[in-house]
Amino acid sequence: MATMVTSTRRPSTKKGPGAGPGMPGPNGNGSKRKDAFREPDSRGNRYRIGMWVALASIAMMFTSLSSAYIVRSGTANDWVPLAMPRILFASTALILISSVTLEFARRKLKRSLDSEYTKYLLTTALLGLGFLISQVVAWRQLAAQGVYVSSHPHSSFFYLLTGAHAVHLLGGLLALTFLWLRSRHRTFEPALAGKKQATADAVTIYWHFMDGLWIYLFLLLFLWR
Amino acid sequence: MSETHEGVHRHPAPTGFIRKYIFSIDHKVIGIQYIMLALVAVLVGMAMSLLMRMNLSWPGTSWPILETLFPTGAPGGVMTPEFYLSLVTMHGTIMVFFVLTTAPQGGFGNYFLPIQIGAEDMAFPVLNMLSFWVTLVGFIVILMAIFVEGNQGLGQWFAALGPSFTGGSGTVGPIGGWTGYAPLSALGKIAGPGQGAGMNLWVISIAIFCVGSLLGALNFITTLLNMRTKGMSLMRMPLTCWAWFTTAVLALLSFPVLLGGGILLLLDRVANTSFFIPGGLYVSGLLSGTNPNFPLHTGGSPILWQHLFWFFGHPEVYIAILPGMGATSHILATFARKPVFGYRAMVFAIFAIGLLGFFVWGHHMFMSGMSPYSAIAFSVLTLSIGVPSAVKTFNWLGTLWGGRIRFTVAMLFALGFVSLFVAGGITGLILGQSSLDLPMHDTYLVTAHFHLVMGVASIFGMFAALYFWFPKMFGRFMSESLGRIHFWLTFIGVYAIFVPMHIMGIVGMPRRFSSFTEYEYLRSLDPLVMLVSVAAIITIGAQLLFYFNVVWSVFKGKRVENDNPWEATTLEWNTATPPPHDNFAGVLPVVYHGPYEFAVPGAPRDYVMQTDMEAEVPSGNGHNGHKH
Amino acid sequence: MGRVLAVIIWILTLLSVLLFFSGWWFPEAISEHAPALDRQFLITIIVVGLSFTAAQIGLGWMVWKYRDTGKPGERALYSHGSNRLEVLWTVITAVVFITLGVMGQSVWASLRLHDAPPGSYQVSVVAQQFQWNFHYPGKDGKFGRTDPTLIDDSALNFVGLDPGDAASADDSVTAALAIPVNRPVELRLRSKDVIHNFWVPQLRFKQDLVPGMEIKVHFTANRVGRYELACAELCGQLHFKMKSYMLVLPEDEIQQLQALPQADFQTKMTELLAKYPLPTK
Repeated sequence: MATMVTSTRRPSTKKGPGAGPGMPGPNGNGSKRKDAFREPDSRGNRYRIGMWVALASIAMMFTSLSSAYIVRSGTANDWVPLAMPRILFASTALILISSVTLEFARRKLKRSLDSEYTKYLLTTALLGLGFLISQVVAWRQLAAQGVYVSSHPHSSFFYLLTGAHAVHLLGGLLALTFLWLRSRHRTFEPALAGKKQATADAVTIYWHFMDGLWIYLFLLLFLWR
Repeated sequence: MSETHEGVHRHPAPTGFIRKYIFSIDHKVIGIQYIMLALVAVLVGMAMSLLMRMNLSWPGTSWPILETLFPTGAPGGVMTPEFYLSLVTMHGTIMVFFVLTTAPQGGFGNYFLPIQIGAEDMAFPVLNMLSFWVTLVGFIVILMAIFVEGNQGLGQWFAALGPSFTGGSGTVGPIGGWTGYAPLSALGKIAGPGQGAGMNLWVISIAIFCVGSLLGALNFITTLLNMRTKGMSLMRMPLTCWAWFTTAVLALLSFPVLLGGGILLLLDRVANTSFFIPGGLYVSGLLSGTNPNFPLHTGGSPILWQHLFWFFGHPEVYIAILPGMGATSHILATFARKPVFGYRAMVFAIFAIGLLGFFVWGHHMFMSGMSPYSAIAFSVLTLSIGVPSAVKTFNWLGTLWGGRIRFTVAMLFALGFVSLFVAGGITGLILGQSSLDLPMHDTYLVTAHFHLVMGVASIFGMFAALYFWFPKMFGRFMSESLGRIHFWLTFIGVYAIFVPMHIMGIVGMPRRFSSFTEYEYLRSLDPLVMLVSVAAIITIGAQLLFYFNVVWSVFKGKRVENDNPWEATTLEWNTATPPPHDNFAGVLPVVYHGPYEFAVPGAPRDYVMQTDMEAEVPSGNGHNGHKH
Repeated sequence: MGRVLAVIIWILTLLSVLLFFSGWWFPEAISEHAPALDRQFLITIIVVGLSFTAAQIGLGWMVWKYRDTGKPGERALYSHGSNRLEVLWTVITAVVFITLGVMGQSVWASLRLHDAPPGSYQVSVVAQQFQWNFHYPGKDGKFGRTDPTLIDDSALNFVGLDPGDAASADDSVTAALAIPVNRPVELRLRSKDVIHNFWVPQLRFKQDLVPGMEIKVHFTANRVGRYELACAELCGQLHFKMKSYMLVLPEDEIQQLQALPQADFQTKMTELLAKYPLPTK
C-alpha cells in the first residue's frame, strides 16, 4: 500500500475584485464546493459506475433495434404477426424469479452470510440457464412450424431481438459463474470484501437490467401491432 | 500526514517483454499502440487518396505497378471504375474509423487522461487492453476486405469459408462509400462488383470496431468520474479531459446504434432478411424471388439504414474533432503563456456540441426522401450547432490575445487547427440549409467541408498533440526544424487541396465519380482537378518527413532535460519522463489550482502548476481578468 | 515566426477568397426557384466569406502582435475571460446563424411542402443501374399500369409497363427527359434496384430515387435547351456514367412529342437532342 500526500490546506476560494453574485466566473479554477477535496472514490464504486455506463450503451443498442422494429412495422405491407410460442411465458417466469433470487444473494453477501450467498447464486444461475433453454425451445418450436429468421419481418425481429438478449444474458451467466467461483475463496480483508460486494452489486444490476429488458422486448414483440 | 490509498499499485509493473509491450494493461503502452495503429492506418488511407488523385487527373494512364499489386483492380495498370470506388470506400472507412477515432481518443486520450486527472491507470485496465486488440482485429478484417476479390490469392482461402465469402467479379474491395447505403450494400453480389465477400467483411469490421470503441468509452467515462485525484474537481480538469470525456459519451451512445444497424445489414446480406431491402426489386436483369441468386425480399426500408447510420455518423464527426479541440485549447494556453479564455464557456461549448450533435443527423438526408418538415427542423438545429463552434473559435482567439506566444511546432499545428477549423467548419452554414443542399448535396463542396473540418483539422490537432507530448512519452523531443518544414508544407498544402474543391462543388462536380470525362459542364474544372492532385501529392510527400521525424526522434531526438520542458501546468508535467508504470511512483498528486494558471501576477514564475501548494492564485472568480 | 505565420495565413486567406472570384461558378440557372436559391446561396457565402476572412485576419493579427519577443520578465495578460464577451458573441452568432437557417428554408418550403399545382406536366422516372428511364403518359395523360414482375430489360420493357392496360397504349418510355418550358413539371421518382439521385445542375435541383418508394417532386424550368442529367448518389460500378439529358422544350414541341406513338417518339427525341446544343456556360 502506497501513501498519498494530502494537505489540510483548502484550495483558494477567494473572490476576486468585481466578482459579483450570480453567474460563476469563466475561470476554470474549480468549483467552490467542498467536494473539490473529497477522497477519490473507493474502487468498488468503479464497478457500479462502469456497469451503469455499460448498460447505457446496451440500452442504446436495443433502442436502435426497437426503433428499427417500430419503423419497419409501421411502413411495411408485408407484416405477418408471429404466433407467440407459449413457452415464452415460462421464460418470463424463470427470469423474473432469477432476479429475485439474485437480489437475495446480494443481500446475504452484504450481511456476510457466505454460504447462503453461494446457494442463492447457484439458484440464480440455474434459473438463468433454464431461461436460455426455454428460449432455445421457443426457437425450435418456431423453426418446426417453418418460421425462420428470413420468413417475414416479425420473425426476423423476433429471432434478432431474442438472440441479442440471449447473448447478453449468456454474458450475465458467465459473470454469475465467476462470482460463484470467487465465492468459494473466503476473505476477511476489508478491501477485498468491499470489492467482492461491489462485483456482486454490478452483476446484480446487470441481471436486473436483462430481466427488465426481456419484459420490454416481450411486450414490444407481442403487444406492438 | 499520510494515509493509505488502496488504488495505488493495483497491478504491479510487468517484467516480460510480451506483458510489457504487447499484451500490456498499462494505459500508456495501450495509448502508444493506438497511435501506432493510427499511423499505419493513415499511411494506407493516404496511399489510397494518392491513387484516387492519380486516376482523376491522369485518367486512362497505365501504371504498371498497379497491375502488379492489383491484377483484377487495374488490368494493364489502368484503374477500373470499381477499383476507384473501392478505394473511395476503403479510404473513407479506414480514415474515419481507424485513424480519426483511434489516435485522438484511444491514443492520446488513453495515454494522458489518467495522468491529467491524477490516476494511476484506467479504471479497467484489462478492458482497456481488450479494446485495443478488438480494434486491431477490426483493422485486420477491413484490410482483408480489400483482398477477397475474385477467387485468386487470398480470395481462394476465403472462398473455402462458404458462399458468402466469395468475391464479386474483378474488384478489389467493397463499394459503398464509408456510409454503405442500403440497398446497394445489402443486396449482395447481384448488385455488381464490390458487393460480395468484401462488403461482408466491411460490415463485420465495423461491428468489431464498434465493440472495441464501446469498451474504450466505458473505461474513459468510469475513469474520469471515479478516479480523479484529490482536488481535481470537474472544473479543474484540463480541457483535454473534458473533450475526451464528451467524446467517450458520444461514442458510448452512438456506436451501439451503428452496431445495431450493422447487425441488421449483415442479416440482410447473409440471412435473406428484409430490413433494408424493399420488395419488387429488379437488379441486374433479375426480379427478386425468381432466381436462387436473388432471393425474395419484401417491404424493407432503405431510409431506415440512413437514419441508423447517421444517428451514429453525425456524432462520429464530433468524436473525431473534439479531442483535437481539447488539445488545441491546452496547447494554445501553454504556449501563449496565458489562461484559457472563458474556460467555463469552453466546457459548455463542448457539451453543447456533443448534445446538439445527436439531433442533427437528418441534415445528411435532406435528399433522401424523408419528410420535408423534419428536414426543416434538422436544418435549423444544424445551423445552431455553429454557435458553440463559433464560441470556441472566439475563445481561442481570446486566449491568444495579450499572450506571449512561443512558436513551437506544437503551437504552429494548434494555430493551424484554429485556421482550418474555421475554414472547414464555416461552410457548414451552406450545407446545413435544406434549400442549398438542392444544388450542393453530394458535390465536392461536401467533400471539401468534411475533409477540412473533420479530417485535416482533427489531424492537425493530433500533430499538435504529438509534437507537444512526445517529450513526455519518449523522453526526447521531436526535431523542431523538420517539424517546421512539415508544418509549412502541410498547412499550405491542405489549403491548396481543399479550397479549390469548394469551387468544384459550386460548379457541380459530384463526389464518388471515378471519371469526369462524361460531362461537358465539368470540362472547365480540369485545371483545378490537376492543381488539387499536385497539391495532394506534395502534401502526402511531406508526411514522409513526419514519419521520419517520429522514428528518428524516438531513438535520436534531443533528450528532455527536465520533466516540464514546456513550462506547462498540468499533472503530466509533474511526474517523471516517461511516467513510471503507475504514473506517479506511488504518490498521487494533490491539485490546488485550475489547469491553466499562466502569467499569475506575483507568482515567482509565469506559470503555477496545478500541484503548486504554496502559490497564491489571486482570483477564484475571474471577472477581473480583462482589466488592463 | 509569428510574423511569418501571420503573413502566410493572410496570403492563404486572400488566395482562398480570390478563388471565389475567379469566374468558376454555378452554371446558368434554368428554373423558377433558382434565382431565390442563388440569392440565398450568395447571402450565405458572403456571411461565410466575411466570417472566414475576419477569423483568419484576427488569428494572423494575434500571432503577429502577441508573439513572444523574448524580453525578460515580461508576462502575458492574466485573464480568465469575460462573461460579457461570451454572452455577446454567443448572442450575435446565434442570431446570424439561426436567421440564415430560417431564411434557408424558404426555397425548400416552396418546392417541397406542397404538391405540384394542377395541370403539371407529369413524367414518371424509373432509375436503374446505370440508366435512366422516363415514362410519359401520352395523349390520355394517364400512366399505364406498371408492375415489377413485368419488367424485362432484355425485351426493353424497362419500367414493367403492362401492355394489357388500356392506358398504356399511348405511353412512351425513353432514356432522355423532355419537359415543357414555363410549366410546372411533376416527376414521380422510383428506382428498380438501389438508390439513385436525379440531378440537373442548371435546375438547382436534386432528389434521391429510393427503391420501394415513389417520391413526387415538382419544379418549373424556364429556359429552352438541352442539359446534362447526372446521378448524384453512389449506385455502383458505373455510377459516373449514369448520364442522360433533360430537354426543356417550347410548348408546341412538347405537344407534338406527346401526340406521337412510342416508336416515333423515340425518333423525334433523337432529333430534338441533336437540335438543341448544350449550354456553353
